[in-house]
Amino acid sequence: MELYAVLQITWWLLLGVLLIGLAVMVGMDMGVGTILRYVGRTDIERRVALNIIGPHWEGNQVWFVLGGGAVFAAFPLIYATAFSGFYVVMLLLLWSMIMRPLGFEYRSKLPSAAWRSTWDWALFVSGLVPMVVFGAAFGNLFHGAPFHFSWNLTSTYTGSFLGLLNPFAILCGLLSVALSVFMGSATVMNGAVDAIYERARTLARLSAALAIVLFAIGGVWVRGMQGFVLTSSPTPGIAQTPLQQAVSLVDGAWFGNFHAHPLLWVVPVLGFAGMLLGLLAAGARRSHLAWWLGAVAWLGVIGTAGVALFPFLLPSSSMPAQSLTVWNSSSSQLTLTWMVGFAAVFVPLVVWYTSWAFYVMRGKVKAEHVAADEHAY
Amino acid sequence: MHDITVVDLSRWQFALTALYHFLFVPLTLGLSFLLAAMETVYVTTGKPIYREITQFWGKLFLINFALGVATGLTMEFEFGTNWSFYSSFVGDIFGAPLAIEGLMAFFLEATFIGMMVFGWDRLKRGQHLAVTYMVALGSNLSALWILIANSFMQAPEGASFNPTTMRMELSSLTQLIFSHDAQAKFVHTSIAGYVTGAIFVAGISAWYMLQRRHVELARRSFRMAVLFGVLATAGVITLGDALGFIGGQAQPTKLAAMEGLWKSEPAPMPFNLIAFPSQQGQMNRGEVQVPYALSLLVTHSLDGTVPGVDQLEREAAARIRDGIPAVSALQTLSAHPGDPAALAQFRSHEKDLGYGFLVQRYAEDVSQATEAQIATAARDTIPQVAPIFWSFRAMVAMGLAMLAFFVLAVIYSMRNNIEHKRWFLKIAVWMIPVPFLACETGWLVAELGRQPWTVYGMLPTWMSASTHSVGYMVFSLIGFVALYTAFIIAEMYLMVRAIRKGPDEPHGSGDGRLINDRSQAGRMAGYAEG
Repeated sequence: MELYAVLQITWWLLLGVLLIGLAVMVGMDMGVGTILRYVGRTDIERRVALNIIGPHWEGNQVWFVLGGGAVFAAFPLIYATAFSGFYVVMLLLLWSMIMRPLGFEYRSKLPSAAWRSTWDWALFVSGLVPMVVFGAAFGNLFHGAPFHFSWNLTSTYTGSFLGLLNPFAILCGLLSVALSVFMGSATVMNGAVDAIYERARTLARLSAALAIVLFAIGGVWVRGMQGFVLTSSPTPGIAQTPLQQAVSLVDGAWFGNFHAHPLLWVVPVLGFAGMLLGLLAAGARRSHLAWWLGAVAWLGVIGTAGVALFPFLLPSSSMPAQSLTVWNSSSSQLTLTWMVGFAAVFVPLVVWYTSWAFYVMRGKVKAEHVAADEHAY
Repeated sequence: MHDITVVDLSRWQFALTALYHFLFVPLTLGLSFLLAAMETVYVTTGKPIYREITQFWGKLFLINFALGVATGLTMEFEFGTNWSFYSSFVGDIFGAPLAIEGLMAFFLEATFIGMMVFGWDRLKRGQHLAVTYMVALGSNLSALWILIANSFMQAPEGASFNPTTMRMELSSLTQLIFSHDAQAKFVHTSIAGYVTGAIFVAGISAWYMLQRRHVELARRSFRMAVLFGVLATAGVITLGDALGFIGGQAQPTKLAAMEGLWKSEPAPMPFNLIAFPSQQGQMNRGEVQVPYALSLLVTHSLDGTVPGVDQLEREAAARIRDGIPAVSALQTLSAHPGDPAALAQFRSHEKDLGYGFLVQRYAEDVSQATEAQIATAARDTIPQVAPIFWSFRAMVAMGLAMLAFFVLAVIYSMRNNIEHKRWFLKIAVWMIPVPFLACETGWLVAELGRQPWTVYGMLPTWMSASTHSVGYMVFSLIGFVALYTAFIIAEMYLMVRAIRKGPDEPHGSGDGRLINDRSQAGRMAGYAEG
């Protein structure tokens, strides 16, 4: 195989790693935001929940920034086409996300109940909306998005905002929320005691059960869906644009990779196993184990989507022949090489010091300690 | 074709969100290093007052930091959402420094800021100090990578156009990183952040001295800030001069606009101290000139010259004519990849491809472009002179004023009579907005001066925008204005409130309260004090 093709596949895998990192790390904080008003009935209970992720949410959020940066650097045509095409959805994602840093930092700086309640709603919105969009974006990949290119690869999007909120995308959005609520609940269980812990435990079990159902429905749905098949294109590993290929739509084609390589069934099985065992672990009050199983569930779910779509990254529903694939939307060989180098050095480094930060901050957060301090989150 | 109204609205949106983001970034850059310096004094001397100082300024740092992070997310989105052709055309090059920024810098800064806030009582003194340095290092490395990316837009190096993939591609990462523009701009901009941090600390400290509150904290903070500030301001001015020197060679149209230089003149060229440039008439009104000064300033010699607008427009017209066959060849190559005749034609006109794109704004089929359209496109290569001319002068004047302020401040502070110079303390308070304004005008000079290009000489702005409808742009602009207005009100309110409240009383007790407590209470208190 061409070196370039190897690099493209490597970056496809790395993108998967980064998206899983994003889902796990940002997802858990957003899950805490989503359930904040439920697990915390009083102001002090909400502050306990917020202070559990207080030392970490900022670092975790960088997984999101890096996810965007990595798509830009490794698959610029995807970044350009998806971000501009999904304009309104991207803005809703952005506007809800930028409330979050202020929600954490500003919420408890004033004693006013109205002020705090407003920021609690902001944290709810900024936890829920981005996770819906994150899942719905994956859902739309399966249908394809209505875009096409001009001679010089200027992309034009011809769909509407509402078209992105189709039933399958909503299903994927809900699955994403369910997993993020599960991770958020496990995180709250890790750091809280008593009533907050019990409410989080209830939510963890509910959300895991819901995720299992949604993931299963999604699988059946995709089976009956038309998938995209690359019928002719320049050889993988040769520099190319999306203007030089032929694509056909075939019923059930998104299962093609699994049929061709049965070993890949391991990936969705991991997803189900993570959710099911996560449910049991939360029930057995093994919250740290539940958290790790939730991460496995994310790996299974995102991995399943990636494997099903490969080599497609963003199919075009209005002009299938111009669909974006791993082969026609990646950066050049030189850029991919450099970026593999940087990722190889810095991703392990980041994981190392993030682990250290969690180690330093281990243990339970108690209400009396938060109450004794007028400035904690 | 692109709707020019959409391009203009996209420019407005980018400029407003970037200028807004850039209100918070310089303070983060400067204050993070000042915090590290303050904590270093605490760790080396062990005096509790320096712990109190570090924690107080740390509290203000965080109020600012939150909004810097939030508005930074917007910037990362906006290249894709609003400048999609730009993103796909240069993403191979431009995306890399942004991704590396996330990996190398932002992760460092963001992870350790949590430790800085919550770690006071969980970490040993030396460990916490190291954490604070990591935050400062992270924020400054972040600026480095962002400015490397920005410099590619200003003076593109290390890239070439690939007709197979129809985009610019990286040819050398080291050239990209070590471009002269990137190096000078990084130092100029990051030190401008140090100046901002220094004025912020000095101004607020002066206010406490005027109020006769927290005098001990204020006097020590003031001295550290002004020592830091005087060095930083001298650095900003030196590097600003270097940047003008480098930029003058790489971007002659920007330099001509900065100096209001309509006609090429023989050496030694006079400097327009004051002038009222008219874009229509291509002339200045009410010029006040300093003889010889321009040659000295921009070429560092008396017999150097730089081209004026008239000459630059002539050169641009020639390059447009040369670029037209390159664009035509590309159109053929898009339909017939690898066509040898088209490829040969492209190669011989490749260096002026961007200029060919310029005229495509007026003639979609460039081979049919008329002389009038070429002349209009050539005139487009000159950015709007008046706003650049005045932003530049405002920035320089503010820089010199801050230098004078810091020199006096150091003298008074060293003589230990700063508290009695109440007139000077009042000036110090009024200085607080100045560095913020200077940074904003600096951004305006750099980015307005880059027009009509998103990548200088390679990619025109009009092509770079996403193909949205006007309605979408109005929607997003209204959304940003509404959200950002609410944010700044909340931020300013909390900042002023925290400043009025001041550090926790009584003085010097910061250490005793929880220093040996490694329990959860300590974890919470860390935030209280940080």
